[in-house]
Amino acid sequence: MYLTARREADELSLQLSGQWHALRFADIEAELGTLDLTGLRQLNIATGQAQLDLTGAWLLRDFLDRARAAGVAVQLQGAEPSTLALVERCKTGEHTIQTHGLEWLDPAQAVEGLGRQAVRGLQRLTGGVSFVGRISVALVHAFSTLRLRPTSITRHVYDTGFTAVPIVSLIAFLISVILAYMGAQQLRKFGADVFVVDLVTVGVLRELGVLLTAIIVAGRSGSAFAAEIGAMQLNEEVDALDAIGVDPIQVLVLPRVLGLVIALPLLTLVADIIGLVGGGLLCHALLDMPLVQYLHRAQGAIASTTFWVGIVKAPVFACLIAISGCYCGMRVRGSSRDLGRLTTLAVVQSIFFVILVDALFAVLFMEMDV
Amino acid sequence: MLALLEVRGVVNRFGAQIVHNGIDMQVYEGEVFGIIGGSGAGKSVLLRTILGLRQPNAGSVKFLGRELGSMSAAELHALKASYGVTFQEGALFSSLNVLQNVQLPMLEHLRLTPRALDELALLRVQLVGLPLEAASKYPSQLSGGMIKRAALARALALDPLLLFLDEPTSGLDPISAAAFDDLVIFLRRELKLTVVMITHDLDTIYRTCNRVGVIVDGVMISDTLEAIVHNPNPWIQAYFQGERGRVRGSQHGA
Repeated sequence: MYLTARREADELSLQLSGQWHALRFADIEAELGTLDLTGLRQLNIATGQAQLDLTGAWLLRDFLDRARAAGVAVQLQGAEPSTLALVERCKTGEHTIQTHGLEWLDPAQAVEGLGRQAVRGLQRLTGGVSFVGRISVALVHAFSTLRLRPTSITRHVYDTGFTAVPIVSLIAFLISVILAYMGAQQLRKFGADVFVVDLVTVGVLRELGVLLTAIIVAGRSGSAFAAEIGAMQLNEEVDALDAIGVDPIQVLVLPRVLGLVIALPLLTLVADIIGLVGGGLLCHALLDMPLVQYLHRAQGAIASTTFWVGIVKAPVFACLIAISGCYCGMRVRGSSRDLGRLTTLAVVQSIFFVILVDALFAVLFMEMDV
Repeated sequence: MLALLEVRGVVNRFGAQIVHNGIDMQVYEGEVFGIIGGSGAGKSVLLRTILGLRQPNAGSVKFLGRELGSMSAAELHALKASYGVTFQEGALFSSLNVLQNVQLPMLEHLRLTPRALDELALLRVQLVGLPLEAASKYPSQLSGGMIKRAALARALALDPLLLFLDEPTSGLDPISAAAFDDLVIFLRRELKLTVVMITHDLDTIYRTCNRVGVIVDGVMISDTLEAIVHNPNPWIQAYFQGERGRVRGSQHGA
């Protein structure tokens, strides 16, 4: 019970009581809602026995506004609670800010939004190109002054390469086993089981080894780059580096790019080896092919270029992943939501670029006949 | 008098390093209690302990006679709705604008209509002296002083009776700091708040605090402001009677 009402003809007397506190909002509001204002001319309110906090005062004030709007004369009995006066003072006319908007319904704004998106897209494109340019300048500068920051690069090789060995090995093994198994099932229909070896070795060395590794690394390290640099950006650490006179590209981006350029080919090598071993084991188990024969057959299947065609793509993919990750991280501004959005974007973007460039490589190698 | 908050024998250790070695502290209804101490004396650790964000190695924290450690999850939830906190750097949620920051505790603890939600949040924004335009701004677009005020607006969202302020005036220029002191004094009077504040600002201590607790050597010496200024402890003497303290003290008539 927060109020007692007594009605005499067109006059209503209210006695407020109890704790009109924020946490009781719903109860108080419900009780005020039961009051009938129709046909009322005079409203007397005694607040003496109630304790009103700001929310309670706002509720009362809101009720009084409604009564006044209905043409009821309001009479406060006793001293006005200080919180009510406070609410009164804060309510300075109409609020100009709009809190719930349906902006997209306006066609003019929709067109404007489209334009903004286009301009923003263009800015992102030029931003990306200029970022690559800054990295190139930093690279030339680092080589010319011989400040390559080997400690930092080593750390990134360890973080992105060495610690990824278990997961890359496991996935390379499983994928080559699946490839060999599916291949064996189909090829057996033609009695060409032995070509499974060709399928596995060429497939793993040319495409799967490097592509899988790049995708795993994009998920692991591309996101880590974006999140690390993004958090530093939120903390103004990147600005601090700049202010100290240390180029953030030099100390943050370049070591990550170079570290990954070293780590990814090495990881690809691991994936290739494990993939070939997996294929061999499956051939041995499923097709009863002795390992010696597998090796012999593999030597026949792969040309001298097969391995290099795969591994040469690794540094390119490494650049794409590292640059996407770092660029997204550097673009984080202001809020933690931005950090999440750009970390996601870093991974999506780098995987997209890796697959796109892989397709370009496939066309290129086909034209080159390798 | 009723102790709203009572800290008894709190010990906090980090490895071999003892930060608090038996802190005792009482906060009574209606007062402004200032916590001071040197850098690294464990002021923020004490606040974290009081708020239940850190489990002390020994000792107890009681709110209105109920011990923090013995409360159920539901009681803790209700307790957290009954006090407001501002953190040193504001700790506003960076992905929400000021209005949404203020609304977040309301959405969690109250059942409000959308109109009431907006109006009550705007009321807080105006109460702490922020312009209405600031309500739709994000924390990264605000100045340091506005962040402090927005954090205070969020702390006031549920009309608490107890307010914890962690260095409310640090990083503000003297004019903004004085204005913030005025705001605290005004709110305390109008809303009948009890305030616990960690501060380094001698002006803030002289203008707002009734009682002061000083953390020295892992324990707390607390007394009224007038008495603590003349406490013989060497650190307290250096604090209040040092070069800066003397000037401030004479200005404020201590």
